[in-house]
Amino acid sequence: MKNVEVGFELPELKVNVKRSDLIQYAGASGDFNIIHWNERTALAVGLPGVIAHGMLTMGQAINVVTRWAGSPANVIDYTVRFTRPVVVPDNDKGVEVVFNAKVSALNEDGTAKIDINAVFEDKTVLGKASAIVRL
Amino acid sequence: MALNLDSVGKTFSSPRTYVVGREKLREFARAVGETSSVCHDVEAAKAAGHLDLVAPVTFPIAITLEIMGESATSPEVGLNWSRVVHGEQRFKYERAIVAGDELSITTTIEEIKPIAGNHLITLRGDVYAADKSLIAQVWTGLVERGPEA
Repeated sequence: MKNVEVGFELPELKVNVKRSDLIQYAGASGDFNIIHWNERTALAVGLPGVIAHGMLTMGQAINVVTRWAGSPANVIDYTVRFTRPVVVPDNDKGVEVVFNAKVSALNEDGTAKIDINAVFEDKTVLGKASAIVRL
Repeated sequence: MALNLDSVGKTFSSPRTYVVGREKLREFARAVGETSSVCHDVEAAKAAGHLDLVAPVTFPIAITLEIMGESATSPEVGLNWSRVVHGEQRFKYERAIVAGDELSITTTIEEIKPIAGNHLITLRGDVYAADKSLIAQVWTGLVERGPEA
């Protein structure tokens, strides 16, 4: 059992996201929505370009917690709102999404509430993102 | 077809079941960057007390989005999938999902509320094991954009 205090900050995680990562996630998740791989379609529906699946960003964000907690089995609740898209250009460099998390509450049942922040181009892309974790 | 506001509270049980495979879990874990050994190494998962490989936290979406979407776009509910944006998502676990689980999903239309000319529809998927015990609950909030002015 981890001995932590409210305010404890988990190690930051920086993730590089390229178009190929979106294709890989589409295949793994079964979400083949065209806006996640076709620029022409993304622009036609009013997006600034091809965007990452919100669920990919959500899936990457919880890694901040599972790397610290040791296992996804220790996460018993996880919630997010999708507030801004992560726009992924067609180049070899990709874009960077930075994930941070900190303990916001300790519960009597031995769990902790952890608030998660996801930042792309200096703006938050997930709102009210938090997890309940067994310590 | 418009969203049927009277569909709140309706429940749909999908006749399909989904058998969780080891390679699918590994594939999903690689795609989201989940490196925990229990998601990749069967021996590590067993040593940690699990029957088999453990699913990444967001893995249920690979099953539920399609099945819950089928319920929400049924004539009784009338959600227009082509106008939908994913607004909110939550996963709550009674126990971890592991390879070998045979899952079934019951979808409930939990709430439909107007927001700024659009509708936010909240779907709850109850994920059951083969023995009918509840493993997890999945909430998906979808914003259906209103027709263009």
